[in-house]
Amino acid sequence: MAEIPAPARERRVGRLLATLIVVLIVIGGVGSFLIARGRWWMLPVASVHGVEIDRLFNTTLVVTGIVFVLIHVVLAVFVWRYADRGTGRAAYWHDDRTLELTYTLIPAAVMITLVSMGAVVWAQVHSPPPPDAMVVEARGEQFGWLFRYPGKDGVFGRIDPARISVKDNPMGLDPADPASKSNIVTRDLHLVLARPVRVRIRSKDVIHSFYIPAFRVKQDAVPGMTVEIWFTPTREGDYELACAQLCGVGHYIMRGKVKVESQDAFDTWLAQQSH
Amino acid sequence: MAPTTTPTLELPRTPREPGRPAGGGPRGGGPGDGSAVPSSVSPARIGAWLLVAAITVLFAAFTSTYLVRRNAGDWPAVFLPPVLWLTTAVLLISSLTMEAARRAAGRGTRASLRRWLGITTVLGLVFLGGQLVAWRQLAASGVFMATNPHSAFFYLLTGAHGLHLAGGIGALIFALTKAPAAPTHAAALDVADPVATYWHFLDGLWLYLFLILYGI
Amino acid sequence: MAVAHETTHEDHKLSWIRRYVFSQDHKIIGIQYLMTSLFMALIGGTLAMLIRMQQGWPGTQWGVAKFLFPGGFTGDGVLKPDFYLAVVTMHGTIMIFFVLTTALSGGFGNFLIPLTIGARDMAFPFLNMLSYWLYPPALVVLLASFFVAGGAPNAGWTSYPPLSAVPAAAPGSGLGQSLWLISIAILIVAFLFGSLNYITTVLQLRTRGLLMTRLPLITWAQFITAILMLLAFPVLLAAAVMLLFDRHAGTSFFVPTGLVVGGRLLTHQGGNPLLWQHLFWFLGHPEVYVLILPPMGIVSEILAVHGRKPIFGYGAMVLSLCAIAFLSFLVWGHHMFVSGMNPLVGSAFMVTTLAIAIPSAVKTFNWVATLWRARIRFTSAMLFAIGFVSLFLTGGLTGIFLGSPAVDTYLHDTFFVVAHFHFVMASAALFGLFGGLYHWFPKMFGRMMNERLGRIHFWLTFVGIYATFFPMHFIGIAGEPRRYYSPQMYEFLRGLHPLNVFVSLAAFGLGLAQIIFVYNFLHSLFRGQKAESNPWHANTLEWQAPSPPPHGNWGAELPTVHRWPYDYSVPGAPDDFVPQTTPVTAVPVAGGAGDDPAGDSPEHA
Repeated sequence: MAEIPAPARERRVGRLLATLIVVLIVIGGVGSFLIARGRWWMLPVASVHGVEIDRLFNTTLVVTGIVFVLIHVVLAVFVWRYADRGTGRAAYWHDDRTLELTYTLIPAAVMITLVSMGAVVWAQVHSPPPPDAMVVEARGEQFGWLFRYPGKDGVFGRIDPARISVKDNPMGLDPADPASKSNIVTRDLHLVLARPVRVRIRSKDVIHSFYIPAFRVKQDAVPGMTVEIWFTPTREGDYELACAQLCGVGHYIMRGKVKVESQDAFDTWLAQQSH
Repeated sequence: MAPTTTPTLELPRTPREPGRPAGGGPRGGGPGDGSAVPSSVSPARIGAWLLVAAITVLFAAFTSTYLVRRNAGDWPAVFLPPVLWLTTAVLLISSLTMEAARRAAGRGTRASLRRWLGITTVLGLVFLGGQLVAWRQLAASGVFMATNPHSAFFYLLTGAHGLHLAGGIGALIFALTKAPAAPTHAAALDVADPVATYWHFLDGLWLYLFLILYGI
Repeated sequence: MAVAHETTHEDHKLSWIRRYVFSQDHKIIGIQYLMTSLFMALIGGTLAMLIRMQQGWPGTQWGVAKFLFPGGFTGDGVLKPDFYLAVVTMHGTIMIFFVLTTALSGGFGNFLIPLTIGARDMAFPFLNMLSYWLYPPALVVLLASFFVAGGAPNAGWTSYPPLSAVPAAAPGSGLGQSLWLISIAILIVAFLFGSLNYITTVLQLRTRGLLMTRLPLITWAQFITAILMLLAFPVLLAAAVMLLFDRHAGTSFFVPTGLVVGGRLLTHQGGNPLLWQHLFWFLGHPEVYVLILPPMGIVSEILAVHGRKPIFGYGAMVLSLCAIAFLSFLVWGHHMFVSGMNPLVGSAFMVTTLAIAIPSAVKTFNWVATLWRARIRFTSAMLFAIGFVSLFLTGGLTGIFLGSPAVDTYLHDTFFVVAHFHFVMASAALFGLFGGLYHWFPKMFGRMMNERLGRIHFWLTFVGIYATFFPMHFIGIAGEPRRYYSPQMYEFLRGLHPLNVFVSLAAFGLGLAQIIFVYNFLHSLFRGQKAESNPWHANTLEWQAPSPPPHGNWGAELPTVHRWPYDYSVPGAPDDFVPQTTPVTAVPVAGGAGDDPAGDSPEHA
């Protein structure tokens, strides 16, 4: 079709379809968002920081949503309006310092705003934990989670990987360390409502990621490192803990259970745990 | 590395032609018109510098890992095989002889060019031999790649440097066959200069590696 | 090959093998890169279909599939989890390194650089041939991993150790992982030879009058991309070598002390897995731009040529290319916000990451501005270029979520990320590739592609991509982690099933639509309408050579350049295009466009 300009009919159809598709993207994008928001969206937030993260997410969504619609509408209008009609020439127009400066500075201003907001929330998430926070250790392995509460003395005993045995000592506690005696190792994670919790995240083998969607919490469990994060659950109930970093064949079954309950219920549960 | 002959084209021109506009050319033909190419630098020289840049990044990656790793605590340093002092000296001298070769190429004294290139090649081989002796000395005292992190990096860095130096010896041999036979001074220099650039770089790189492995 | 009969007398002295197989001609090498990449795209695409089969209908018995991939399915035809991970890993690796990088940089770079700068070939033709001929061995080694014990690697294209370092950690972490590393190392050497060649060629072999400020944007993009490749790939090479030593020589660069894998305590001491991530992403992020800069250049050319209008803001386009390239080296940490890296470092990476959005936004606005008061011809190439702008915009906007570490904490490693990069990098780059093929096909093969089929291909692909990847954002927002064999273990993911089915169906449609392209490509190669030398009435130098150009590209005389490449619709000129070779005496340089529009560019040579 080296024919230039193309036949009139072909041009008209091309123009119509091109415009239509861009319009469809806008309608499809916005429409699918409206449908998804009710059915396929984030779990209801259940932590203090989660509220801030959601707010930042929503702000970003509004800003990007506006830009998405705006640029696509402009694109549709241009495609419709400036299709080749076989007559006349395009404008010989290729530089406009003012225009270019405007659309460099506006995104820059938007970005600076978003960066500042993001920095504030990020600083909150990683602020020093409150002194009354409880402590628990979460250790990932192929393919499951194990938790350790320090017990009465509040001290975690030494770990010796050589002592790890699936049946008797899955955590690898070193009995030579007196602090190990009071440590309590569990398969489920129980947390106290409205009480900040510091989670020390470790791994036995490869990299895992400690991910509780309802709390908007995610932190890689890197072998050889202990990374600590903290958060405050705000709603009682059962939650799911998932692994978010590819860790091998059973990555998808590495599910953990999390229960948020009152201090009393928590104390009762902890007392029942053997060891 | 930089063949100037292009058998596929079979044209009376080399692909470098535009890099060397004949005479002045219509430089002032119109507004903004002029010869685009800044010229006396041959593609091979630019290529040599780009190669140096890529290898610098490679070693920056190795050594930044080394520096991070070294601060991680457990760090039993392995002993310094004494032969490394000798190899370092040899490599430094080879840089001088390489420079002599490059100057000889510039002056157009072919016999001298051939002699200095030959000496540099021999010194390069001596250096590589010395590095192998250092490996043997370490291995004899029970230090292998997996022994500890320092030994792992020692073998890795000296090995990677040695491979690049072996490539340099290949380039020297190529220069030895091509440069003294070149028709003009400029052509001889076009061969010798990139090789010299690469060789001096390997020399500097070795000093840096030697320094971070044992000095600081 | 179709070009055989088009060549001139000059190359008849060479044997067929030297001319078309071990050729040193940049055009043949470019076409070899392209053809091999398209072949690899078929494999990578098939793997994507397998991924969607599993995601849409986990646990289903696929009777036929088990005959096609005997090792990957159980006796009843259920896809095995380790095979699923192998497929995911190989899909990513193939598409990123073996399709998009090779096609866009190796293919278009090789074909177009000498032609657009008025050179007869690359600066180092032999090195160029070597660059291509390292590619087939690399892909053979990569594909061989499917057939060794344990199968292809399971660790993802990012190959994070210890999973990738310890053979006992996953079936694919055996020989398959070593082959992957070796293959990537070979390919990196090929890329380095290529990029060294491109940079030297652009700096040294420009024809008379072709100032850097008169380079077409495609050539600028290839030039900057080559610099990125030269400075980024050696880092991955270093990392791959160290990982190979960890796997085979017992060293501990990346493997820490005290790992217990498969019930056994490992002897490795004191390595650090995060070091790999730093090295990998120091390459990995520039690599993303290696994929997207050439399409940016391609799209800039197409919008100008098929819009019959000068590209808007040439100087800003060049500057933003440079800015993106520079910033791309400073943003790698945004892949590691939740890795355990110091949170303060995370803040720094957030700043650089969102900063890179600014030059990207400038480019997008410039493309849109180019369309203002244009005379748009809806050719297939143009449609793909407009589609690129839409996809790049959508993907760029979702990147803003991920660049903010607090939001990324939630979205990291979910399907939202998968959706994001499939828009901004994969689909956008693919659209650049398609647009480029429709645009330059006549120059490459001397024949036109079928426009009607091209447009149908565009519609189906464009709709298919939005239908596949847009809903994937919601799957991610709902929290489904990527690389899950099946989400069925989790209550909170159960409701996503219909969405996953929809995405899979859309993906199959998208996959099928590519058959139209394959047919059009092959058919046009042999039966396409003969192309004239300048079918689109374009200005750049490659269109002033015959289609396809003979060996040596130009006749006895090299072209001389008198103006920038975007003199379209110049008022008062006889035609609506003024080739770069038109002397200023014939058509005066309008509005100062012939002078350096980007004289202030930092890259100005």
